Amino acid sequence: MSDLFPVRLEAARATRRGRTLVGPVDLELDGAGTTVVIGPNGAGKTTFLRMLHGTARLGGGRIRWNCTTEEARHHQCFVFQQPVMLRRTVMQNLIYPLRMRGMSRGEAEDRARRWAARVGLGSMLTRQAPVLSGGERQKLALARAMITEPKLLFLDEPCASLDGRAMREIEEILQEARAGGMRLILSTHDMGQARRLADEVLFLLHGWLHDRGAGPEFFTQPATPQARAFLNGDIVE
Amino acid sequence: MVDIWSGLVQAAWLVGTLDAELLEIALRSLKVTLSALVIASLIALPLAALLAVRRFRFRRTVIAVLNALMGLPPVVVGLVVYVLLSRSGPLGVLGLLFTPTAMVIAQVVIIVPLIASIAHQSIRDLWQEYHDLLISMNVTQGQKIRTLLWDSRRALLTAALAGFGRGIGEVGAIMIVGGNIDHATRVLTTAIALETGKGNFALALALGFVLIALAIAVNLAIHALSRTEREGRW
Repeated sequence: MSDLFPVRLEAARATRRGRTLVGPVDLELDGAGTTVVIGPNGAGKTTFLRMLHGTARLGGGRIRWNCTTEEARHHQCFVFQQPVMLRRTVMQNLIYPLRMRGMSRGEAEDRARRWAARVGLGSMLTRQAPVLSGGERQKLALARAMITEPKLLFLDEPCASLDGRAMREIEEILQEARAGGMRLILSTHDMGQARRLADEVLFLLHGWLHDRGAGPEFFTQPATPQARAFLNGDIVE
Repeated sequence: MVDIWSGLVQAAWLVGTLDAELLEIALRSLKVTLSALVIASLIALPLAALLAVRRFRFRRTVIAVLNALMGLPPVVVGLVVYVLLSRSGPLGVLGLLFTPTAMVIAQVVIIVPLIASIAHQSIRDLWQEYHDLLISMNVTQGQKIRTLLWDSRRALLTAALAGFGRGIGEVGAIMIVGGNIDHATRVLTTAIALETGKGNFALALALGFVLIALAIAVNLAIHALSRTEREGRW
């Protein structure tokens, strides 16, 4: 059990320029497994993840971690849908978060080599990150996030626009991380991926948390008609 | 046409014979402008990064003023620096007027807005790209600035080159604060102005060609440096 959790959202709202994008959300998340956030386009999945992570403005309500917000931020990382690559080599991208946390270059490079090998980028350490393929970039972003051994990892549609092989590799890494005790919260459009990874599902619609359930049960018995319609592939408005 | 040709011949002669006076003037030009460039870069680059990263009141105004200062008339800068450094001015006690240091100060004032403005545009674009990542990594303001400066170093070299170009060709301000004193503050541009005034066009042209050659040489050196960076050597 991670000491960040449980985290409680109390009427938490994410706003931008005075407009509420997500919420108010009341929710408590515990510290184990994988939570998958699903919902149609524009439901607020990305903003929900960012609000939890602290990079989207909280326009109202509270998010209470089981520790200080600073500690919570220190122990979490975020992988974006479009991976952001530092204009540096693969090695330099990997050691960046470690160096920013004060680790020595030698130690950081040792750890980077291990992670690069783990995600299949061991032979690309000297290549410039911005010229990698989409799958390689996403694996690098994942390794760069996980190299600091966060207790909580947010992933915003990590496999969007990736081919099947790259998706499988990334899911294997995520399953390993989950087995190692890392808490994962990810959004996805891919219901197959949601079924494969979810211990818990949050269904968002128009910025509201419409439904919540344990992984297998949610997919067979969604509680709300909107969630049922979404899972059936209907257009949900 | 005859003047240009004789200027070229005289330039080749002066360079070929390593004319002592030409060397002295050219070296002083380089010394003053490179010193100003280093100081201006140390001020302008962190300022540009700070303006990109930090949100504060009147930030847009500061950026607008900085952009406007790119067109600062050098003669006015020279005049202001002159007033500040003159014996009755607030910095007169330092005794810097009519010294190369005064010329460096004037050049710094002229090229800081130029370097900061060009650098700010590049760093701002990179910041838009890196914003979410660096915020999510929880890095400090200082770490953000260092990261942006390092990762936009190629564009910053171009900004520095523009600053060098403006500095090495400057004449109005340094004439006022330097005084064009022989063996003390005479540089290529002020020497050209002097020789032209004396009607010595061939020598003025010769000095002009040397000035152009120097500017091209420094540009080529910085481009070579930039190429080694692209090849990942640093």
